[in-house]
Amino acid sequence: MSALLCVDGVSVDYSGFKALDGFSLTLQRGEVRVVIGPNGAGKSTLCDTIIGRVRPTTGRVVFRGEEIQRLPEQDIVARGICRKFQAPGVLPSLSVRDNVALAARRDRRWWHSLGTGIPAAEREGIAAILAQVGLGDHADRPAGELAHGQKQWLEIGMVLATGAELILLDEPTAGMGPAETRRTADLIRGLGATRTVLVIDHDMSFVEQLDARVTVMHQGRFLCEGSIAQVRADPEVAAVYLGHTA
Amino acid sequence: MRKALCRAGPWALLAAGAAMPLVLSDYSTNLLARFLALGIVALGMVLTWGHGGILSLGQGVFFGLGGYAVAMHIKLTDLAAGEIPDFMVWSGRTALPLWWAPFQSGLFAVAAALVVPALVGAGFAWAVFHRRVSGTYFSLITQALALAFATLIISRQDVTGGFNGLTNFTTLFGFSFSDPAFAHGLYWLTLGCLVLAYAGLRWLLGSRFGMLLRAGRDGENRVRFLGYDPVPFKVVAFGVAAMLSGLGGALFTLHAGVISPAMIGVVPSIEMVVWVAIGGRLSLPGAIVGALVVNLARDAISSVFPAAWPYAMGLAFVLAVTLFPQGLAGLRKARA
Repeated sequence: MSALLCVDGVSVDYSGFKALDGFSLTLQRGEVRVVIGPNGAGKSTLCDTIIGRVRPTTGRVVFRGEEIQRLPEQDIVARGICRKFQAPGVLPSLSVRDNVALAARRDRRWWHSLGTGIPAAEREGIAAILAQVGLGDHADRPAGELAHGQKQWLEIGMVLATGAELILLDEPTAGMGPAETRRTADLIRGLGATRTVLVIDHDMSFVEQLDARVTVMHQGRFLCEGSIAQVRADPEVAAVYLGHTA
Repeated sequence: MRKALCRAGPWALLAAGAAMPLVLSDYSTNLLARFLALGIVALGMVLTWGHGGILSLGQGVFFGLGGYAVAMHIKLTDLAAGEIPDFMVWSGRTALPLWWAPFQSGLFAVAAALVVPALVGAGFAWAVFHRRVSGTYFSLITQALALAFATLIISRQDVTGGFNGLTNFTTLFGFSFSDPAFAHGLYWLTLGCLVLAYAGLRWLLGSRFGMLLRAGRDGENRVRFLGYDPVPFKVVAFGVAAMLSGLGGALFTLHAGVISPAMIGVVPSIEMVVWVAIGGRLSLPGAIVGALVVNLARDAISSVFPAAWPYAMGLAFVLAVTLFPQGLAGLRKARA
């Protein structure tokens, strides 16, 4: 196994407030990793830093052996990292299929967009993604009409459609009921073989269903790492995190 | 039956439009031709404002660039060798400014009426969008641009004609503006340009480019983090709209026989927004209808009671924005 992503001593300083403080994390190819931590622990900032929305004050982000922390966002995506945002970021006026088609396109230069329809070569892959996220029957509806949970799945589908090897999912089950949460966990577990997934979430039952290694963050720093059972048993974690929710 | 009617409708409308010069008086034909030229400007704003979410309060600038380009050529065509336009003489100039010289070529002037607005528009849009300035801030900058452009033209009377603009057109390509047949020809040219602009934009909005433009409007961050750079899409859309504005400005200038700062500054630029808001900013036919209806109403109301027009337009704008956000086009959709 080789490391796909290496976050190395990254700090993000918002005029004195350290959202990330010398944080490090290594993801192996094919791994599903969950990052938890109380509000303000820096989980979303971690995603922002990897995807290029926030530039680290110090430290490096290394993807496939190359530093990416200074690249423009679209170049980072082109290298194979894609993120699902916390609030569903689907494009409401486009159909469900077009949402995925837009994400699936590899050639993203504007002059190559001067054509109509979805290229035949991409149609099959788009249909497969729609089936995978359970939206095959809703392909022609405007994405804005979908229920909240379906929007979350659609966005996961879009992220998958980009072909990214590393997928960042920021609270993918926010606003979902237990049944939807279970389906989402199944979906993510099914990705493990082909993709590397970094999940951020609060919902402990969801984290348990994912059955993945857990990294705990606190105040922008690494607190501990282990299986969900180990993390739960850790008195320090209980103090900063589980103590709040229990 | 209904479907057939829907299909035939636009063609019948086009035929009726083409027949207008044969039915209407020369005065009315001229008026309609002006409004069709304004319709071309409005079409461009459907692309930027409706589908791109980019509200320009400075389309008058591009309208003016197109209008001045053809007006400069016309001012030069009637001159004997070595002569310079009358207003330059009055301002004490003795020689033609260097940048006027290429406009002696009609072909250059026509090309400039399209290319200069497109390049200025695209360059301006790139300068603003690549700094990630958008929304209201962008609109305000476009408005400042309109103010600056009108001020510049007024202040350089010796080379621009100043406040009075460029007028007293006599001939173009050897045709006399007082010849009714030439006026009819210009009308059909304008109608043809409108149809071409409509067809071109319809194709563009239906293409993947249009889809990405709408996607960027609804969620620029999502598009960016799917790996697209949204900037070129917005820049191209803005450039195309600026070019259409220049085309509309050039044609309007030919029909009106004048181009002046009063037609390109802040107020006319905002009026352009009003046409599209009333017609429906997401609808190409709506934009044409908006430009026609508002300008016909303007002509009717201001010929009876000139002071009432600004109030009527303001009221119509407020009603359109509050009650019919999709404009007239939205009303039609709601009924269907």
